[in-house]
Amino acid sequence: MEFDVILRPENLRMYWEGCVNSLALLLVSLCAGGLLSLPMALARVSARAWLRGPVWLFTYVLRGTPLLIQVYLIYYGLGQMEYIQARWDDSWLWRGFKEPFFCAALAFSLNTCAYTTELLAGAIRHVPAGELEAARACGLSEWACIRRIVLPSALRRSLPGYSNEVIMMLHSTSLASTVPALLDITGAARSIYADFYLPFEAFISAGLIYLSLTLVLVQLFRLAEQRWLAHLRPRQSV
Amino acid sequence: MTPYLLSILEGSLLVLQVGLASLVVAVVLGMAGALAKTSDRPMAVWVADVYATVIRGVPDLVLMLLLFYGGQMGLNALLEALGDWPAIEIDPFAAGVLTIGFIYGAYMTETFRGAILAIPKGQMEAAMAFGMRPWQVFWRITLPQMIRLALPGFTNNWLVLMKSTALVSLLGLQDMTYLAKQAGAAARGEITNAPLLFLAFAALLYLAMTSVSMWVLGWLEKKYSMGIRLERD
Repeated sequence: MEFDVILRPENLRMYWEGCVNSLALLLVSLCAGGLLSLPMALARVSARAWLRGPVWLFTYVLRGTPLLIQVYLIYYGLGQMEYIQARWDDSWLWRGFKEPFFCAALAFSLNTCAYTTELLAGAIRHVPAGELEAARACGLSEWACIRRIVLPSALRRSLPGYSNEVIMMLHSTSLASTVPALLDITGAARSIYADFYLPFEAFISAGLIYLSLTLVLVQLFRLAEQRWLAHLRPRQSV
Repeated sequence: MTPYLLSILEGSLLVLQVGLASLVVAVVLGMAGALAKTSDRPMAVWVADVYATVIRGVPDLVLMLLLFYGGQMGLNALLEALGDWPAIEIDPFAAGVLTIGFIYGAYMTETFRGAILAIPKGQMEAAMAFGMRPWQVFWRITLPQMIRLALPGFTNNWLVLMKSTALVSLLGLQDMTYLAKQAGAAARGEITNAPLLFLAFAALLYLAMTSVSMWVLGWLEKKYSMGIRLERD
């Protein structure tokens, strides 16, 4: 084992750069996907079929196909469409498809959006009917019901499931290394493997970085659950 | 255009092969892991714990690259150390199947462990009291009931496993994803938006496989819950 090669400043810098890119991808996708999933989850549980149907189809397709193909579809598929390539110099709307980071982030955002939508929709469906009846009896409007009763309770209860989704997403960002010219943690490891022919050292280092990031995320969610799910904790004996 | 589509369709056979072979590995490892985790030997519990933590903390792709590139090197070093052995090439199929099986073995461990724990302990004790040996208890009491309890988790794991088979294309295996990408690059001049078209076709085939799996496993779930009154939530 020659881990001293990994510890050379230029290689450490590459892992660091990979870390920054991976975390940036994770953060951007979680924010975009998370924000989009809120209205979609509400539409998913709606009584109106024309609202429910399209969202169902969206989550069904995105959850039923591999993320790798989704990344390829956006980077190679849309990115090489003549319609888009003819316009991406002039219009800000299509400019993003030139950027590997944008393509990867778009694929990840849509993917996590689909999973989060289903997660939230499940939590919304499980809001006890009595709470809603009570809210309506108090004269709350439909919107006030959603904002003050449904969402606070559903968001809290989906926290444990969401921690799984965030960790899955962190691992999914490793697919960014399949997009050329985008250096994430896995990309850094692949490049070091190619330069020095040290598969164990390169990939074990990457694995350790992911493992530590995962453990940090688990701890963060534990803290979040202590804060927002405090009412569900078993009673402490005094 | 048709020859490209046909070759992608042919690639779906490889996806099924990789998927089913990995599933076998995963179920065997998952069973072993679940039995280790529910056993009363601290060492076995510890090993199963480390296995589950490491696998679930590291991305599939990194593990796959580690096993494919590192395993090749390690195996050759081992053979060299043992003496006059011919070098063995790990082919991408074996590397893919072993890694995917190894990874989903960890998820199966949790599914199977949950199923074992959900069976009332008194049944096992009663079987022991009748003088059954541990493997008889497992074979006659635990296993038949586990199937019903583990099926929902099993379905979930299988769906995720099947999608992760797309990663073997990165090891150079000519599966559906690889063929779709190649076809897109090859036909760029002759067919407009070829990459989008062929990748969408591959995605559609995956969607078909997931849909069929969900339907079949849903039917099995119903079949194995016969005679069980499902509690409504």
